[in-house]
Amino acid sequence: MEIILAIGTGSLYAMGFYLMLRRSLVKLVFGMVMLGQATNLLIFTTAGLTRSNPPVIAENAERLAGPAADPLPQALILTAIVISFGILAFALVLMRRAHKMTGTDDLDKMRGTDQ
Amino acid sequence: MIWLAISPIIIPLSSAILLVLFRKSRSQQVLSLIGAGVFFVHTVLLLIDISRSGMEVVRIGNWPAPYGITLVIDLFSAIMITVTGFIGLNIALYALSDIDRERSRFGFHPLMHVLLMGVCGAFMTGDLFNLYVWFEVMLMSSFVLMALGGERTQIEGAVKYVSLNFIASVIFLTAIGIIYGKTGSLNMADLALKIGGNESGPMVKSATMLLLGAFGIKAGIFPFFFWLPASYHTPPATVSALFAGLLTKVGVYAMIRIFTLVFAYEVTGLTKMLLIIISAFTMVTGVLGAAAQYEIRKILAFHIISQIGYMILGLALFTPLAMAAAIFYLVHHIIVKTNLFLIGGLIGHIKGSYDLKKIGGLYLTHPLLAVVFLIPALSLGGIPPLSGFFAKFTIIKAALNVESYLIVFVALAVSVLTLYSMTKIWAEAFWNTGPEVQPAGRAMPILMLIPIILLAAATIGIGFFPDTLLQYSHRAAEQLFDRGAYIRNVLGVY
Repeated sequence: MEIILAIGTGSLYAMGFYLMLRRSLVKLVFGMVMLGQATNLLIFTTAGLTRSNPPVIAENAERLAGPAADPLPQALILTAIVISFGILAFALVLMRRAHKMTGTDDLDKMRGTDQ
Repeated sequence: MIWLAISPIIIPLSSAILLVLFRKSRSQQVLSLIGAGVFFVHTVLLLIDISRSGMEVVRIGNWPAPYGITLVIDLFSAIMITVTGFIGLNIALYALSDIDRERSRFGFHPLMHVLLMGVCGAFMTGDLFNLYVWFEVMLMSSFVLMALGGERTQIEGAVKYVSLNFIASVIFLTAIGIIYGKTGSLNMADLALKIGGNESGPMVKSATMLLLGAFGIKAGIFPFFFWLPASYHTPPATVSALFAGLLTKVGVYAMIRIFTLVFAYEVTGLTKMLLIIISAFTMVTGVLGAAAQYEIRKILAFHIISQIGYMILGLALFTPLAMAAAIFYLVHHIIVKTNLFLIGGLIGHIKGSYDLKKIGGLYLTHPLLAVVFLIPALSLGGIPPLSGFFAKFTIIKAALNVESYLIVFVALAVSVLTLYSMTKIWAEAFWNTGPEVQPAGRAMPILMLIPIILLAAATIGIGFFPDTLLQYSHRAAEQLFDRGAYIRNVLGVY
């Protein structure tokens, strides 16, 4: 399972960076989505996978019985998802505005700030 | 004193909420100014408190240390927070006349306070993931501030700014994932205990480098600085000054914190060499980039990069004296750079252009502005007896102590070139009469001059009485190197 997830994470990173290097506004946003997901998957995988052992204490027990899944990475990922959702929403509006104003989606042509 | 300790977060947050509720232009201005004033007073009180007690640890929700989120305020944090408060107050003052009605209607003032909250949160937190969250709070508001107003250059600058900072955040988060996978903890003190002293495996090395890259992009160090001169000159002067003063410095702060606390044993051999090389290249490329520019704000933006190099040098040398120099440099640079951007904005306001080729003759028409420009400009170049001289002097002394003569030479040469750029602005904008036909400008609002004079006074104050700040920096640096005390204070046991 770890191997599959590791390959998945790696491919997502590769796809994300590749798309971001494509000089197109739309692909830039898609690259951002990919990278965000890649990181979430990485946190999920590196923190260790435990199958079908939720960290829930049984009804009349004092503590967890045996090894259970670590709930913290999921909390981290949830926070990261919310944050990257916010950034993406803003980025989408920004890209749309940029496209409207410059009339192009080629990042190479956005040289207004370089002169 | 838990309320005082968390006041740098609570006060800007309350100001922002109030500012969202009271939308009238006049009440926004008054509220924003009062909020910034109260904020500044509390940061000073906090600094006094911390300099007495040494360190304050706040456990959010009373969860014990490695499990809950802890806020740790040591002297370094307190110094940075106080400077943030001072800058916040001056920016709020300047914004009164610089920010137009439209921008203020779309939420400039609340966003500014949220930004201050994010910066202070990043300075206070003792938890790696929490640091990420504060970075995002700060970045989100800065994204909006950068694009607010919607001029074409602003939008183009914002596209670059947003995408590169997003990559930095992703790299940061990747490092967090790796560190958590390796150690099972994210509390910085706990991490210091778990990573420090142990063998440095490939996971730790890669996390170190990822963090260096992530904070490096935010700080604008050598190979990662391209977003900075492409975006910092696009928003109004108030926003540029706020960003120039504080945002890159949060990256430097995070680097110093992580490398002194968690990865203290990594700063040897290759990593140390890498940091020194990066600092040298950062200094040189920044100052050369500035020499080629003729737009005031772009010159200043490139100078941020070259000055960041000095701070990284202070970190790279990794002696208590060098660290004290880096802290002193941070404070000096935040004040001076904010001031220069504010003055740049005022020049643009008066002359109607930022292009040095199109303007001139300010010395004849505005002698007071010329004098207050000279103070931060000469301080940036390192002329005694201004704050920049003592900052550079301490850092060079620290470099001489470890006999890195080459880097001393680079630092001195860059300082001369810095002076060249400053004299270029002085000569073209103030001294020369400039071309016959100049763009039409507006009258100088006196209100804009107040924060500039306040900041210049701070520069002179540090210059004439450097001992106070030097002492504070030395104590903060010693505290940074005393990792045991930090860990004991946060975790309760060692």
